[in-house]
Amino acid sequence: MKYIDEFRDGALARRISSAIAREARPDRRYHLMEFCGGHTHAISRYGIKDLLPRNVEMIHGPGCPVCVLPIGRIDSAIELAARPGLILATYADTMRVPASHGLSLLRAKARGADIRMVYSCADAVAMARANPEREVVFFAIGFETTTPPTAVAILAAAKAGLANFSVFCNHVLTPAAIANILESPEVRELGTVPLDGFIGPAHVSAVIGTQPYEYFAEEYQRPVVIAGFEPLDVMQAILMLVRQLNDGRAVVENEFTRAVTRDGNVKAKRLVAEVFELRRTFEWRGLGEVPYSALRIKEKYRAHDAEARYGIEYRSVADNKACECGAILRGVKKPADCKVFGTVCTPENPIGSCMVSSEGACAAHYTYGRFKDVPVVAAAVA
Amino acid sequence: MSAIRQDYVRPVDFKHGRVDMTHGSGGRATAQLVDELFVRAFDNEWLRAGNDGARIAMPPGRMVIATDAHVVSPLFFPGGDIGCLAVHGTVNDVAMAGAVPLYLAATFVLEEGFPLADLQRIVQSMAAAARDAGVPVVTGDTKVVEQGKGDGVFITTTGVGVVPDGVDIDGRRARPGDAILVSGTLGDHGVAIMSLRENLAFETSIESDTAALHGLVAAMVRTVPGIHCLRDPTRGGLATTLNEIAAQSGCGMTIRERDLPVKPQVNAACEFLGLDPLYVANEGKLVAIVPAEHARRLLAAMRVHPLGRDAAIIGEVVADSHGFVQMETTFGGRRNVDWLTGEQLPRIC
Repeated sequence: MKYIDEFRDGALARRISSAIAREARPDRRYHLMEFCGGHTHAISRYGIKDLLPRNVEMIHGPGCPVCVLPIGRIDSAIELAARPGLILATYADTMRVPASHGLSLLRAKARGADIRMVYSCADAVAMARANPEREVVFFAIGFETTTPPTAVAILAAAKAGLANFSVFCNHVLTPAAIANILESPEVRELGTVPLDGFIGPAHVSAVIGTQPYEYFAEEYQRPVVIAGFEPLDVMQAILMLVRQLNDGRAVVENEFTRAVTRDGNVKAKRLVAEVFELRRTFEWRGLGEVPYSALRIKEKYRAHDAEARYGIEYRSVADNKACECGAILRGVKKPADCKVFGTVCTPENPIGSCMVSSEGACAAHYTYGRFKDVPVVAAAVA
Repeated sequence: MSAIRQDYVRPVDFKHGRVDMTHGSGGRATAQLVDELFVRAFDNEWLRAGNDGARIAMPPGRMVIATDAHVVSPLFFPGGDIGCLAVHGTVNDVAMAGAVPLYLAATFVLEEGFPLADLQRIVQSMAAAARDAGVPVVTGDTKVVEQGKGDGVFITTTGVGVVPDGVDIDGRRARPGDAILVSGTLGDHGVAIMSLRENLAFETSIESDTAALHGLVAAMVRTVPGIHCLRDPTRGGLATTLNEIAAQSGCGMTIRERDLPVKPQVNAACEFLGLDPLYVANEGKLVAIVPAEHARRLLAAMRVHPLGRDAAIIGEVVADSHGFVQMETTFGGRRNVDWLTGEQLPRIC
């Protein structure tokens, strides 16, 4: 595949790998957080850890849209789907997230709720058009990458006067989550989570640009390198972070120049600003209530706001006590530190959300890397 | 006044007619559909005899029996349809025991309102596939369910065959050191089906690989009678098949990403759909596990068969009580190739 294979080249990877090993100083450790689930997935899928020296450690961040969705939000979606005649359209990732009472959207569907998976919110708008006698709600989740398409869907519905289409908005914001992690006591005061630098999001940054990260680099003195989702992008970003840390620099650098500019996608940002406004606060799984960290639909588009239309009241629901998703999302723990990892919590029967999405730290580790936790040397027998 | 024509029955209207409840009632309409469609298409002595069951002669040896339900959506796809798929699926399941498939039985569950023209097309495709495979459909059943209670047509086929002496092919026989081979490119069937799904439609030149593999198996068994395991990686793809065999045999496996045969178009489609070709279904491919010393000879035998042209040795069975299937990535790392979780592509076969 042209433009893809070039970024998965093994020979080049080994060259970057030896550069990292050469330049990483043996007298210190490098704790780097990849914010995005897309990076977590790439690191696990391509076995990038095998190409890093021992003193360069990757910490998984909270940038997995499904993982940070609190149980209460899934409960509300299930309640919506249970309304007679209503169709709930959703991205496939949310289907298996565990909710209250042993339910999930998948199980609610098996009990008769009309829940349909879509690849794009435009499909949900088309569904509303094709079923004028039914109410269609799109369960919108995700960071800044998926927000502009939701805005486009709402604008299209408003323009067409599509009265049976609304959106249950759960869009969240990346910079707020990064600030929350940097402000957390584990990072700031206790020092139990050493965080030396960040690999910044790829697709999110294509929308918001590199400019929003400048504040973190400056204020918290942590280098940020925006990187693409291909494995060579990640390797290159790690090398760039090691170099910044060696030089004592803390600036925003852009590895992903083929898609990201300083200002981002101005048109997309304008669309988002037209339809959405900041929520005063929003609950994140793992991070708790984070001020100004999510979006809601503006009063002007209230007719297409499912929360207003169906009077959805948010109720916070505590996570399962045994589940360490919260600590894992903050980088405080690793998947294998959780007692239920790989025992009662597996991708087939997830207890926590990190085990659900392929971008979740637990699912990625379980699927691609768990053989590394047990002493198996699987050398081929000649 | 017209004279009454004795024994006249108006033929089934295969052009504009539709399945109705009487076609499944067991009465005249059922008998007429069976005669004019199924018996005519499958045409053999057992069906012509008109009995409920077929009396068949079995050669001496160990019998193999396998059954498979087919619910694929859409019913017609590039490279095939549910009819030929229903023959290939079961013939392959019998063949994976190293057996020679001999007879098939078929059950049709039809939905009221289904166009008879489509049914005829499916049955004719199925009959052609059975003829090409040399495996007759000797008995069958037809049921009709009300509109909305089925999805056009579901077909279940059952096959029987006989294993030649000296052949002992079993998913429990993989041993550390054995070589792992695949017979050709991975993921073609799944991607061909996906390209037609209503919410995803994209253009591709990829066709389903649906094919009967017993000819290839016969050639393989002739060359290397000591093959340990054979399996067709259908739903769940290669990854799932390797995990099944690893679990059955109590071994681990290591495969090499760079040796996996995948068409560039399939790779590209998987890339933008977010799928992994390792998990995408095949309907005309097999995985073989053999003692390493026979691997080269088996590979050569596979490559001279038209259905094994792109065969490759992709890895080895290793000692590992955890049963992990691992892959050396083209990138230079190592990762787990796990069981399929959830549902990647529903109703693929």
